[in-house]
Amino acid sequence: MDWLSLDLLPPLLKGLKITLLLTVISIVVAFCFALLAGLGRLSRFAIVRAIMSTYVEIFRGTSLLIQLFWIYFALPMLLDVRLSAMTAAVIALGLNYGAYGSEVVRSSILAVPKGQIEASTALNMTPYQRMRRVIFPQAWVMMLPGFGNLQIELLKGTSLVYLITLADVTYQGMTLRSFDISRTPAILAWLLILYFIASYTLTLIVRLSERKVVKGRG
Amino acid sequence: MSQNIQTFTSDEPIVRYKNITKSFGEHTVLKELDLDILPGEKVALIGPSGSGKTTIARLLMTLESPTSGTIEVDGEMLWHMHKRGRLISANEKHLHRVRSKIGMVFQHFNLFPHMTILRNVTEALIHVLKIPKAEANHRALEILERVGLRDHTNHYPSQLSGGQKQRVAIARALVMQPRIMLFDEVTSALDPELVGEVLDVIKAIASEGDMTMILITHEMDFARDVADRIIFTDGGVIVEQGTPAELFENPKSARLQSFLSRFMKGQPDRSADDRVAAGTE
Repeated sequence: MDWLSLDLLPPLLKGLKITLLLTVISIVVAFCFALLAGLGRLSRFAIVRAIMSTYVEIFRGTSLLIQLFWIYFALPMLLDVRLSAMTAAVIALGLNYGAYGSEVVRSSILAVPKGQIEASTALNMTPYQRMRRVIFPQAWVMMLPGFGNLQIELLKGTSLVYLITLADVTYQGMTLRSFDISRTPAILAWLLILYFIASYTLTLIVRLSERKVVKGRG
Repeated sequence: MSQNIQTFTSDEPIVRYKNITKSFGEHTVLKELDLDILPGEKVALIGPSGSGKTTIARLLMTLESPTSGTIEVDGEMLWHMHKRGRLISANEKHLHRVRSKIGMVFQHFNLFPHMTILRNVTEALIHVLKIPKAEANHRALEILERVGLRDHTNHYPSQLSGGQKQRVAIARALVMQPRIMLFDEVTSALDPELVGEVLDVIKAIASEGDMTMILITHEMDFARDVADRIIFTDGGVIVEQGTPAELFENPKSARLQSFLSRFMKGQPDRSADDRVAAGTE
């Protein structure tokens, strides 16, 4: 284990901080887009459905890397705005994983038995109350496993941001490598370990919240 | 309309189906149906699966919209409204207002699985009728007492038997104090030994109240006990209607005769027969 030397760790941990910060913010943004698009695709209004479907198909159908490049390099040139690498990364990750997440939202809502909508209609709830009080709480439980998967995907997806100059853990690893190419195995081993610890922590958090939500309902 | 319901003829009908047709694609479930139901009347709809009786209830609960025709509730159009002298389709706001007079109990209970029994009953009181929580809890407990489930208020639906679930569903509908209550094959999904407890609750409600009740059922004895009028539907039309005595003792149409003979023979396993008939609907 001598080659897995600890002196590599401080710069890598500095990068890991960026990775985790980016992951957390992007998860929040992606979650908002997932809800918006997932509910939007079930809207009564055809125009809302069309807009949301277009968004989802575009962001699922193109690569995250190209989306990053577009938002960081191309868009500022076209629109004359200046985005920080962090902002660009959050937007790209949020939109991309939000598109996938919207399918989780949509399919979970459709999976709630029709009788639940009928019962809430019979109790004269408004369409908003039916969604808010009856449908969504039941769909939410079904969304958690899907969201858990996507969160882990997103965490690993952040490794692409080093290509738009963000100093995440992958970027730090690549920099260390350029100082001493012979230590490549050690550096990449550390990257594996750090990503795994981070994603496994996410898994545990999701599992815990699932247990909390399901508790008592039998 | 039959002359056998003279006790009610002084009133205006509370529900009036006028020339109602309902089709699902090519398939016509109800054909030009006319039906008046009087305030306080207990009407049982019987008939084979697919005869359209459930659709009659679902149209009134606004779960399906009619293909053509109108329904009036308490003198007001349900699916239509007047706008600048023209009759147009009702919007959600209009449906919401008229629907407040109607409640429904379903074959498969449709309790909210993520809420306790108490919250199942109070949810609409608090959020639809805007009744303060303490008062809502009080009313819910009173109703749960009536259906014999006072001790189960903090349980979740999954912890109850089918009969208990259905009694909660009845309490949930009852607590809203609708003027018209629909019971859609409420015992068809129950184990035979649990049917009695649910029917007893409904009988008690029927005997004490001036609530208008529409009961869709395969339980012929129950229909005979509770209903003022029996309506037999087949193939999307009302084939025959009258008092229980008339229909059961002296069925006129061949279709009703053959329908009834299926229920009368083999009385002991009648409930099993019911469940087969209901399962295909």
